[in-house]
Amino acid sequence: MIAEFGLAALWLAAALAALQLLAGSLALTPRGAGLAAVVRPVAVVQGLLGLVAFVALIVLFCETDLSVKLVAMNSHSAKPFIYKLAGAWGNHEGSMLLWVTVMGLSGGFLALVEKRLPEPTMLATLAGQAFVSLGFYAFLLLSSNPFERLSPVPAEGQGLNPLLQDIGLAFHPPTLYLGYVGLSVAFSFAIGALVTREVGPAFARAMRPWVLGAWIFLTLGITAGSYWAYYELGWGGWWFWDPVENASLMPWLAATALLHSASVLAARNALRAWTIMLGVVAFSMSMVGTFLVRSGILTSVHAFAVDPERGSFILALLAINIGGALTLFGLRAATVTEGERFAPVSREGALVFNNVMLSATLGIVLFGTLYPLAAEAMGAKVSVGPPYFNPMSAIFVAPMLIVLAVGPLLRWRRDTFARVSGSVALPALLAAAAAVGVAFWTQAGLLPMLGLVLAAGLALASLLPLRGRGLRRTPLAVWGMVMAHFGVAVALGGMASDSAFSVEKLVASRVGETTAVGPWQVRLDRIEPVAGQNWTAMEARLFVSYRGGAPIAAFPQSRSFWTPPQQTSESALITRWNGQLYTVLGEQSDDGRWQLRLWWKPFVTLIWFGGVLIALGGLLALLGRVSSDLRRLIAREKIADRRQRQGR
Amino acid sequence: MRRWTGPSTRTPSRDRSPPGATLRHWTRSLAGPAFAGMALLFASPHSAQDSLPPAPYAYRQLDDPAQEAKAQALMETLRCLKCQSQSIADSDAPMAGDMRSQVRQRIAAGEDPEAIRAWLVERYGDYVSYAPRVTSLTWPLFALPLLLLLTAALLLRRRFGKGDGG
Repeated sequence: MIAEFGLAALWLAAALAALQLLAGSLALTPRGAGLAAVVRPVAVVQGLLGLVAFVALIVLFCETDLSVKLVAMNSHSAKPFIYKLAGAWGNHEGSMLLWVTVMGLSGGFLALVEKRLPEPTMLATLAGQAFVSLGFYAFLLLSSNPFERLSPVPAEGQGLNPLLQDIGLAFHPPTLYLGYVGLSVAFSFAIGALVTREVGPAFARAMRPWVLGAWIFLTLGITAGSYWAYYELGWGGWWFWDPVENASLMPWLAATALLHSASVLAARNALRAWTIMLGVVAFSMSMVGTFLVRSGILTSVHAFAVDPERGSFILALLAINIGGALTLFGLRAATVTEGERFAPVSREGALVFNNVMLSATLGIVLFGTLYPLAAEAMGAKVSVGPPYFNPMSAIFVAPMLIVLAVGPLLRWRRDTFARVSGSVALPALLAAAAAVGVAFWTQAGLLPMLGLVLAAGLALASLLPLRGRGLRRTPLAVWGMVMAHFGVAVALGGMASDSAFSVEKLVASRVGETTAVGPWQVRLDRIEPVAGQNWTAMEARLFVSYRGGAPIAAFPQSRSFWTPPQQTSESALITRWNGQLYTVLGEQSDDGRWQLRLWWKPFVTLIWFGGVLIALGGLLALLGRVSSDLRRLIAREKIADRRQRQGR
Repeated sequence: MRRWTGPSTRTPSRDRSPPGATLRHWTRSLAGPAFAGMALLFASPHSAQDSLPPAPYAYRQLDDPAQEAKAQALMETLRCLKCQSQSIADSDAPMAGDMRSQVRQRIAAGEDPEAIRAWLVERYGDYVSYAPRVTSLTWPLFALPLLLLLTAALLLRRRFGKGDGG
């Protein structure tokens, strides 16, 4: 019953999306102007109906209703409650339902709150949002129905992949999806502005909170996903340039560029066409990512060719949306002027440079991810991995980070290096000192060394915009920028430090034996079996001590799940301010010794601290922007009010 | 990124796709009603041993740290052919273990890492190496950065080329 209810809500939402598209488009013509009043309410109701459908699916999963195929395939009655809940979106159909729900809710929220833009642009934007939604509703209803029934009803469900039964991963996909789909609003804004040719600061100010919001979620999603891979997979790696990771990195790169070009447009009325273009590209990257992950093409091009239904559907959506948007852009770009001019050495100039570098990095990641697929389709198998991505992206990222250190100090419109050279001297000196330091003290590779040097210089330089300001009167948005840029330096420092200074030790250890790894002494104290709700495990008790200090206990486990049957390693991490000790318990060998894998990773945690700082910076900027927008709105209303009263 | 070379008896595929893809992949390979039996089997560490004799250096580091570092760096750039997106340095598949042992033994014998890579590529094809070579097939990968640099230069020149632009 609940399943049918959810399905009905979904169909109704799709119908309303069609109505929203139709009414929104017709309202732009002189004869359909009467329809304008319908569009906003329809957008709100459509969003709510999507939410109803999603809640219905969550209820089905919480009840473990095995007559629903999706639940039977992905859940199990013995699973902890939180993973039953997370199971609702931990699969293809559920995650696509989450996608359209978020998309509908964003559209509804947009219709409710956005009052600054000219009405025609808003109508076109909402129609655009409905158009994109409609494609995904069709995809869901025609090829991925989450509410399909199963007959006969099985006695038990098949369970959720144990690797995914982790609190971090339960909330990682929704976070990432909020980011992906938030960018759809930027895309619709771009479409709306192209239709009505209204591209200016007001447009950028309306779009910016959405881009910021989506970007915050993407940043958090990527950071959390990376930490999850790090501790859950038991290998100590945090980024693999895996196509699935790249799929989340690409929208982030595009959104980062968009964020900065929208700032230029809002402040200086420049970079109009470029901002529109990035709005289209950012959401396109979200869709490309979804295609890569959802079509099965990553497993093998041939698997995709055998069962191409879903993949072809998303590919068609991609082609229609991206192709349509680019065509519109091509038709209108000539009439959208670039806006105000500025000198190369200026705040805008630095932002343009970094935009171009970010786009080039995006090009490298996109091409490197898709090339093996193209090669496989042509009958040849190649692999593209870290040895390609690391140096190739560094070509563009390194200059970008140098400009990032200077850019925020430059004035808008026109400036000289001479004016800021005094301020940048100190960070440059620090970077030089770091360069000498790493050259003498480490035998790290070129890239980690470069990373350490840039991180040192950037960490200091990123704080300089606060110099000479009254800290209390510094706008929140500036605090946000400083924090995010500082976060970039922190994360970079963590990455470089992990690559340069990690120590690894693999041992087969008897109970009672002690192993040294870096500054740590690790003693295997005992091994004993333990059991959880849906797993059993062998658990080691390790006593670890740092430079002969007091011993701390760590409990790495080797877990066996039975629904579905799989072994996982639960690593145990000991975190100090200056790094992490990473311990994993392996198998027992024939002579009774236990495999231990141990790493000492100096400052590795900075990677995720940096990620969180970047996201927090975004949040501060968002709060600052929204509150100043609100203040402006209230002031304007007061003035209008006063005028009205005086008029009487 | 440093990774350990673990014992060979675990589930070979470390699948890091997001939930949906992972699950579809998973549901296809489920063992069906044998859950309970399998669980018991897995619960005992002794019963989970490989039948093949393990390769000597699959799970053992080389004594010379410099050589081990060299081997590790090479292993991180070789693909485990039995897994999905994993290097042999972080795979539990027996085949990855054999390859690790080969790599370590050859490094210990003084072979150059790139010679070992070439030998593996000859044996298994380009797919085994995460570092693509420049060939008639892969040249676009290396032309792209140049193209991007040129485009970037052109874009910036067009934007700022005309005088001071102000």
